[in-house]
Amino acid sequence: MSGSHAVSRPKHQRVLPGFAISLGVSLLFISLILLLPATGLVMQTKGMSLSEYWYVISDPRLVASYKVTVGSAFAASLFNGVFGLLLAWILVRYQFPGKRILDALVDLPFALPTAVAGITLATLYSSTGWLGNLLESIGIKVAYTPLGIIVAMAFTSIPFVVRTVQPVLEEISQEEEEAGMTLGASDWAVFWRVIMPSLRPALLVGVALSFTRSLGEFGAVIFIAGNMPYVSEITSLMIFVRLQEFDFPAASAIASVVLLTSLSLLLIINLWQGAYLRRIHGK
Amino acid sequence: MKRLKSAFAALLIAGSFNASAATEQTILNSSYDIARELFATYNPIFAKHWQEKTGNKIEIKQSHGGSSAQARSILQGLSADVVTFNQITDVQVLHDKGKLIPADWQSKLPNASSPYYSTTAFLVRKGNPNNIQDWGDLAREGVASVFPNPKTSGNARYTYLAALGYAQKTFGKDNEAKQDEFLKQMLANVAVFDTGGRGATTSFVERKIGDVLITFESEVNNIRKQYGEGNYEVVVPKTSILAEFPVAVVERNAKRNGTTEVATEYLSYLYSAEAQRMLAGFNYRIHDEKVKAEFADRFPQVELLTVEDIVGGWDNAMKTQFANGAKLDQLQRR
Amino acid sequence: MSTPSRVGEQPLVKWSLISIALFFVTILLIIPLLSIFQQAFASGLATYFDNLSEPDTLHAIGLTLIVALLTVPVNLVFGVMLAWAVTRFEFIGRKFLITLIDIPFAVSPVVAGLLYLLLYGSNGWIGEWLYEHDLQVMFAWPGIVLVTVFVTCPFVARELIPLMQQQGRSDEEAAVILGASWWQLFRRVTLPNIKWALIYGVILTNARAVGEFGAVAVVSGNIRGETNTLPLHVQLLYEDYQSEAAFASASLLAFIALLTLILKAFVEWRQERNHINEQDQQGEL
Repeated sequence: MSGSHAVSRPKHQRVLPGFAISLGVSLLFISLILLLPATGLVMQTKGMSLSEYWYVISDPRLVASYKVTVGSAFAASLFNGVFGLLLAWILVRYQFPGKRILDALVDLPFALPTAVAGITLATLYSSTGWLGNLLESIGIKVAYTPLGIIVAMAFTSIPFVVRTVQPVLEEISQEEEEAGMTLGASDWAVFWRVIMPSLRPALLVGVALSFTRSLGEFGAVIFIAGNMPYVSEITSLMIFVRLQEFDFPAASAIASVVLLTSLSLLLIINLWQGAYLRRIHGK
Repeated sequence: MKRLKSAFAALLIAGSFNASAATEQTILNSSYDIARELFATYNPIFAKHWQEKTGNKIEIKQSHGGSSAQARSILQGLSADVVTFNQITDVQVLHDKGKLIPADWQSKLPNASSPYYSTTAFLVRKGNPNNIQDWGDLAREGVASVFPNPKTSGNARYTYLAALGYAQKTFGKDNEAKQDEFLKQMLANVAVFDTGGRGATTSFVERKIGDVLITFESEVNNIRKQYGEGNYEVVVPKTSILAEFPVAVVERNAKRNGTTEVATEYLSYLYSAEAQRMLAGFNYRIHDEKVKAEFADRFPQVELLTVEDIVGGWDNAMKTQFANGAKLDQLQRR
Repeated sequence: MSTPSRVGEQPLVKWSLISIALFFVTILLIIPLLSIFQQAFASGLATYFDNLSEPDTLHAIGLTLIVALLTVPVNLVFGVMLAWAVTRFEFIGRKFLITLIDIPFAVSPVVAGLLYLLLYGSNGWIGEWLYEHDLQVMFAWPGIVLVTVFVTCPFVARELIPLMQQQGRSDEEAAVILGASWWQLFRRVTLPNIKWALIYGVILTNARAVGEFGAVAVVSGNIRGETNTLPLHVQLLYEDYQSEAAFASASLLAFIALLTLILKAFVEWRQERNHINEQDQQGEL
């Protein structure tokens, strides 16, 4: 496939039908559903001068919220990187009772409304809840601390890591691994030297997706965050506050910061993923 | 696919029929989030009254949410005929930003268009272990309080203003340094800033956070009813704030919907003895003297400051206290 | 005992890894799920069904299902079209297009709702026109459907794109050369290959459509018995101190989520079996 690809690329476009219609429909849909609403954002911020815009998005309390949001999202996606890899690993490599149920459960955070998740997590992890009580006895407070934000973010974004790593893990060839094992290398060494290099791109993509998702999370977080100024306020909450004040331009300005950050991250991920796919399939 | 298309068409037709072919009138009441039960009780009372008065049937739809979000929806086109909010500013904005109601809406009905009112009170745990009696106690070291974020909750704006009113009374209106010191300490003592009153209640009651919950008096009693009367005590401070619950006909929408008459009557009837009795039953303070006497033991005497007294009205309050970068932000700055 | 040939096959490693994973799954996923049901059934089955059969709750259930019913086909068609365009053809801006489709994953749902409100609300530039023509989009079911389409549009495409990229286009090209019409091509060649991924995408779309809260909350207007979806209804009941009724409705959503997961597991099982069958056939050849 990749050989002919290089030789006769232009011809390929003619062979298969439906280029115009599929691209046309896609573009129309994307314009109407995704891009047109974004003009609303632009219209709102249009009345602002650049310095006003900067004033709004550099408010100290807001800056503190950027730090909280980015920091928590980073911690959550890091946790998901480790835990998600572990989950993907046992789901692919091992047989054990209840495996299929476990596999299905991984998608729960996608399927459960975030507000329900938020209320439930706050109930469980507060010092009166089952888990919060337990954790408190060893000196860890989760609900109403930045740790709570991390838990909520980790919950909502765990499927991203598992679902990106799983298929790649399934396709890793046994041969190199077996060769390493026969040569007497330790499990850890083989994992680190042989498996990890082919897993790393997918893992990074998963972690990055989990990170972007965490940046925008609102429903699940506000119930458990405690929302203390400068300590546990997330940026989505600040947008919400501006909306409550009927300050649409300011809300739009902050939203545009979040949107641009996420978009550039996603673009980087996609370029990366593309390069990575080309590397696998193009060899 | 075909079946789906016809189902879609049927849905559209049904939708348009609802609007035009209805024989009885419908009005939409946009209200604050915790008023669900209140208006579920009032609506049948009013429907009966309306039928007796005019012979016509009326159906009342309800929309509930945070009152700022509700106002925002109306500004963006939610076709509500009347609003029954817990924030004057959220009604005012309908005039300021959308010209949906006249500038003098507060003079359309008695008591500045507020058929019932409440005040801010404290809920403490059984036996009041921290001996919290008045606003001053909230700034004491070691007292953890719970109330929502004044930035997102109107309820909490009243709490903040009531505390400011107390500070003005105690330290003198001009002694701003002392007032700020007190408010700063009081805000620092807050354990959790939930986004709304309900969240704060959950934090205090279910998560056992804090020593005192500060919210509307009407709410405090609701909470005791829900979570066990024996576990909590209500403390009404000596001075507090008058919290009005403003109502207004959204005139532009009502005119468009042809419901001005019934919408006006819907709000006026809230002042009737029958409705006032019902409101008192929901722990709201009321104006009707006769009904007031019936419920005298339920509402302790309290000196009520008005927002006008404290900061010269809501407009000013928003500008000097709650706006981005204003007093509240300064007090919470680290 | 023979020496294991792959990493992590020793029982000790295997079972400790499984236990660690199960531990985290239990505290992060299983206990929260169980606690929803526990709170819903706190006062027994009778109260539970009373709570659910309240007219407003029934209406919320109905509306939620209709929204999902309208959203899923739209995104199904769009997802297939987009996946076809970006995996079967090379064109400038292809990468950018794939990035655009991820926007809903990255945008906070509240912001998504806001975007629509600013456009279609009576202050927006389309909204003004709609208002003059007496068309209610925001604060009515069309608005709810619109934002739900927005929030759920990546799922089908995201499932299809990597798969179709991996499968390549040689099968389809062969079919075209053999003279297949586009419909035959799609029906006989493409569809069988992507069937299960497509179903998986639909299931995820449906799950998210049913459960969307943030974006819908902004555009719904929260009219009880009219524009209140099930997740909004949960919130309203909760705010109104009707915790049990709230969790009864929430349990329904959790139940839909579970059903989704079971369906998904079934789809995957079929997919695996197909895969094995194919390999068997190839082996026989």
